[in-house]
Amino acid sequence: MTENGPTAAEWPPAGPAGSEGVGRRVRVVLVDDHRMFRTGVRAEIGETDRTGVEVVGEAADVDQAVSVINATRPEVVLLDVHLPGGGGVEVLRRCTPLMGDPESPVRFLALSVSDAAEDVIGVIRGGARGYVTKTITGTDLIDAIFRVRDGDAVFSPRLAGFVLDAFASSDAPPVDEDLDRLTQREREVLRLIARGYAYKEVAKQLFISVKTVESHVSAVLRKLQLSNRHELTRWATARRLV
Amino acid sequence: MATTTPRAGSHRVPPPELTEPAPRKLYRSAEGRWLGGVARGLAGHLGVPVSWVRILFVALVMADGFGALLYALFWFVVPLGVGGVDTERPGLIGTAPGPDGRRRLFARKPDKGQVLALIALIIGVGIFVESIHIGRVADSYIWPLLLIAAGVALVWRQADNARRAQWVEFSRSKRVLPVARMAAGVLLVGVGVTGIVVIQGSAEHLGAVLQATLAVIVGVALLAGPYLVRMMQDLSAERLMRIRAQERAEVAAHVHDSVLHTLTLIQRNADDAREVARLARAQERELRAWLYKPEGTGKDEEEAPDTLAEAVRRTAAEVEDHHGVPIEVVVVGDCPLDERLAAQLQAAREAMVNAAKYGGEGGPVQVYAEVEGRTVFLSVRDRGPGFDLDAVPDDRMGVRESIIGRMQRNGGTARLRSAPDGGTEVELEMERAATT
Repeated sequence: MTENGPTAAEWPPAGPAGSEGVGRRVRVVLVDDHRMFRTGVRAEIGETDRTGVEVVGEAADVDQAVSVINATRPEVVLLDVHLPGGGGVEVLRRCTPLMGDPESPVRFLALSVSDAAEDVIGVIRGGARGYVTKTITGTDLIDAIFRVRDGDAVFSPRLAGFVLDAFASSDAPPVDEDLDRLTQREREVLRLIARGYAYKEVAKQLFISVKTVESHVSAVLRKLQLSNRHELTRWATARRLV
Repeated sequence: MATTTPRAGSHRVPPPELTEPAPRKLYRSAEGRWLGGVARGLAGHLGVPVSWVRILFVALVMADGFGALLYALFWFVVPLGVGGVDTERPGLIGTAPGPDGRRRLFARKPDKGQVLALIALIIGVGIFVESIHIGRVADSYIWPLLLIAAGVALVWRQADNARRAQWVEFSRSKRVLPVARMAAGVLLVGVGVTGIVVIQGSAEHLGAVLQATLAVIVGVALLAGPYLVRMMQDLSAERLMRIRAQERAEVAAHVHDSVLHTLTLIQRNADDAREVARLARAQERELRAWLYKPEGTGKDEEEAPDTLAEAVRRTAAEVEDHHGVPIEVVVVGDCPLDERLAAQLQAAREAMVNAAKYGGEGGPVQVYAEVEGRTVFLSVRDRGPGFDLDAVPDDRMGVRESIIGRMQRNGGTARLRSAPDGGTEVELEMERAATT
């Protein structure tokens, strides 16, 4: 799923990708079992002087990933969903204490070739802050990394679509009012994102600020991660036929 | 369908094209058999004429019935098979394609050698019967034993036929015959056993014996029943899984084939970046659909989609392939197609084509479809130069009319506007047709 080219530069409030390069840095670990892909990503985004991204470690399976992450304590981990040894979800599970570290939390950005619902939702519920597919361009990936580092969520249109599907208003009453329902505003924001709008465009369309959009998106991410909603605990890939 | 793995005679399986006589597995012949195909199978395996083996068995029968025992042993242990047997001298019963295309059994007129062997068999049995003078007591056991043997032979042959029915279709009208054969065999065995009991002089205990037998049979059935049932269930489940795995393997082979095809085309067109991107995207879509969608869809691609989500994806894929511009599709919810939605899809297709033609430079075209209750909302967004409502070229205005006009004619609404940050957005909204 490609993020749109021209809007990428508008996403984060201050992006280092070229324009305001005040030496913003982010330390990243690459976790993927395809060596060629790791090499490609490293070449595309790893020129620290140009992009601000410093690749401090690589790993090809779950055990290796956990040890490299523990050793290097990066700020963002690019995590593949399908890994030998239990998959990206297993890495997330074992690194949960690192994610919650108050001083320097490690944040995970899922990067995968799959866009199947189970994979996406599974890894988000495991604690990843965003999900992008491997067709993403280098520029967009760098922006996504910085966004995750800053504590925001990265929502691709596809992910927004999945969330809308999962939280579709159904007859079953929600167990927890807060967690199991999306507010009207959140729905609107997600809908626009699913339609391909960048955050700035969403803000313009709804007459709110970009910061508000980001907070809505973060709230949705939290609900996605914590909700015990039926559809999420057992994600059905079959679409409901109305 | 070929043969099962034999339990007797572990020989190498010969490659089919081998001309020299390679060691073959021992099978009972399914074709050209009289009783159980043992003689024919053995003859084929050893490479000797059938009549010799038959005469040998008859001779052994005369030696205290050893031949019969041996024959029965072979019949029980050696599995039924086709092929690998001498088919030069067809047996009394053979198979051939019938008028309705299915293979049917038919009886052939026996040739000279077989008649000779048959006569020899009858003579041999007669001599055997006469020559047994073990005693009057043992003598009278003969006919029950013969009855039992005949009954068992009938039942086993029926089991063979059932096995063969998997390979060669029997005509439907002969349904009665197998059941009758089974029943006759069981009856013969029953009569034989009863005969033995009577001869033993315990006729007055016949009732008790029968009751005891029945009790034993019921007990065995109760004990073995669950296992048998489970075995049958496992068997059918196994078969189902095997069929599914086969289907999936076929689909996989087809997919691998297309990937190979695409990679070749990419190498050939390596200079044309646009063409390469188009080919790669089309193949990626196909492979992704096979890998990450549940259980390899049984439908093939030519079938028309019957739900909205499928139709939207299919349309986007076609437009993308045709115009070489990537189109991203996000669908929320799903519903069956009806005429009004079909019209909406047509309008969406035109919007997509427009977006691909005029708005492809800025990035992929975003298509969004949502089913909310009875309303279907569809938006097509591109990031091209956009358009100024006043200065729009004529042909685009015409197309725009056809989008809006088409939607309105079918009771929906369409909105065309310039998106906030460049590009064009088409919004289509339609109520689903009332369902019965």
